[in-house]
Amino acid sequence: MAIKKYVVGSFDDEAVLFPAVKKVRKAGYKIHEVFTPFPIHGLDKAMGLRDTSLHTAGFIYAITGTATALGFISWALTYDWPLNFGGKPFFSLPAWIPITFELTVLFSSVGMVLTFCYLCQLAPFVKKDHFNLRSTDDIFLMALECTDKTNDSEAVSFLQSLGAKDVKVDYKEERWWLGRYDKEAKVFEKKPEGIAV
Amino acid sequence: MGLIRYESQIRPPLIEGGKDYHQVTEDICRPVEAKPSRAWWIGFLVSVAFLIFGIVSVTMEVIYGTGQWNLNKTIGWGYDITNFVWWIGIGHAGTLISAILLLFRQGWRTGVNRAAEAMTIFAVICAGQFPIWHMGRVWDAFFVLPYPNTRGPLWVNFNSPLLWDVFAISTYFTVSLLFWYSGLLPDLATLRDRAKKKWRKLFYGVAAFGWTGSTKHWQRHEALSLVLAGLSTPLVLSVHTIVSFDFATSVVPGWHTTIFPPYFVAGAIFSGFAMVQTLLVVTRKVLGLEEYITIEHIDVMNKIIVLTGSIVGIAYLTELFIAWYGANKYEWFAFGENRLNLNSPYGWSYWIMMFCNVVSPQFFWIRKMRRNLVVTFFMSVLVNVGMWFERFVIIVTSVYREYLPSAWSTYYTPTIWEVGFYLGTFGLFFTCYFLFSKFFPVIALAEIKHILKRSGDVQKDRMDKLEAQPSEEFAKEHSHDHGA
Repeated sequence: MAIKKYVVGSFDDEAVLFPAVKKVRKAGYKIHEVFTPFPIHGLDKAMGLRDTSLHTAGFIYAITGTATALGFISWALTYDWPLNFGGKPFFSLPAWIPITFELTVLFSSVGMVLTFCYLCQLAPFVKKDHFNLRSTDDIFLMALECTDKTNDSEAVSFLQSLGAKDVKVDYKEERWWLGRYDKEAKVFEKKPEGIAV
Repeated sequence: MGLIRYESQIRPPLIEGGKDYHQVTEDICRPVEAKPSRAWWIGFLVSVAFLIFGIVSVTMEVIYGTGQWNLNKTIGWGYDITNFVWWIGIGHAGTLISAILLLFRQGWRTGVNRAAEAMTIFAVICAGQFPIWHMGRVWDAFFVLPYPNTRGPLWVNFNSPLLWDVFAISTYFTVSLLFWYSGLLPDLATLRDRAKKKWRKLFYGVAAFGWTGSTKHWQRHEALSLVLAGLSTPLVLSVHTIVSFDFATSVVPGWHTTIFPPYFVAGAIFSGFAMVQTLLVVTRKVLGLEEYITIEHIDVMNKIIVLTGSIVGIAYLTELFIAWYGANKYEWFAFGENRLNLNSPYGWSYWIMMFCNVVSPQFFWIRKMRRNLVVTFFMSVLVNVGMWFERFVIIVTSVYREYLPSAWSTYYTPTIWEVGFYLGTFGLFFTCYFLFSKFFPVIALAEIKHILKRSGDVQKDRMDKLEAQPSEEFAKEHSHDHGA
């Protein structure tokens, strides 16, 4: 894969990071990624990331579970081998609610977790780079992707002016896995006005 | 200045000791990265010894059949189903803390949720042992699954509460495991990035799935946690409801009551919180995490214990009243004679239950009692003794004198292998818990950091000063254009 150049700034407070993200975007730099040790609410919006549709996926898995349970039980107990349980009707829907509910929850949660892992490209033995090992500890890290037109030293001093404690230029290779680059992790295509890139 | 997160000053801080982010990481990772203490080894080896006793007991049962247990035609469900319901109930507190309190936005859950969720998983594993080995011919255990077979195919009975149990427990276990592990990923990544030794790098590298902390990943992670919490909330209520259906849908006097589902769920949360207290009162001391699992946390959980204990108490009185008011003589015999009467063969167990579950938690109305660690610890053990007797009372006293007096089986005493099996699950539970507390962070690192700026004592002190400031001055100092 292509080796790319990044300008990486470390912040030690999310309160400094927030306005910095907005100003960096306004200045027209392309934010490759912001790594944080814990979720920061609103940062995704500030970066211009679109909302995740994981919820929708979860809903689809859930109704799949419901349909599987109801379809299978009603097929098995009314068509394939109807059994007389104490003279009750073969199609005894109320008695199937518990299993239908459990399968709904099971399908939804297993499906969502697998989808989550797939979208984020997470699995055992997957290695990813996040520039600075302390970004899972106490450092908030912003990586700007350098294009042909980016002036590195300008970007470095710009990040410093925004409060980044440590800014450096780094080279990383983009990683692929299962043939799918995490496209959604990139910022929204629609750029704010006045972008130079 | 930037972000001001306001939280009422009436709420005491949830993180003490003036921590910053790095100190939080250090404090919580220290027990994982340090060599295990002597206390850990002793506790671990004792647990393993119990586990081995349990394995021997189960082996005896597999070789010689369920006849190794003192069950008989009348008391077909004895110790083992009591233990099953007891363990599964204990599991419920973990899900309540991690899911329901997440939906209710309770900040204090972050200090205790990881350990409580782990407790849930281990308790469900222990619970699952009992119905599986109770089958006797355990090699045929897969018969409970609806798989295409050569007998027709003859499907399992989807109308049976026992089959609902199979689905409920296995779903509960799977969802709890996924919820717990997906929450652990960021914390395992922290441990991976701190690792110095080769095997630690490999172990946590594999376990962390390549987590980086990217904003997009966090966004999805938050969505995932929220939806899993939303799914787990009705799930946890359904699990004990379905366990109670095992009894309530039968026509045995003492079991055939509609109050069972809510009463079982309240009892489950009650005993689960007691187990959380038993574990955390010791864990916080041994691992030096008193600044994260504060007296405030203990206090809040004791409030839940007194609440759920009182719900359980009302349920006991209600079923007693209905048994009398219903004027069914068999029903009243089960309650009035087999349980209430102290001179009946199992009357003592009913009164132990009443004392431990209804009377003793009432001490927690007093604030001093709630905040006393010794009282909390003993009370938590007492509650679980009481909750064990609750299941024993429900199961044994309802069946030991059935309709036909010639079939009465007055004295049921468990054999050493029944007791050994129960003790073995304690071994299993604590072996798992000791390994967990050694290799995984017992407190959710990322979640603690997330509330640090809102509920930590540093922030509280800062807010104190801000609150004293006149509003014009405050506005002048802190107003900012939102990057416009």
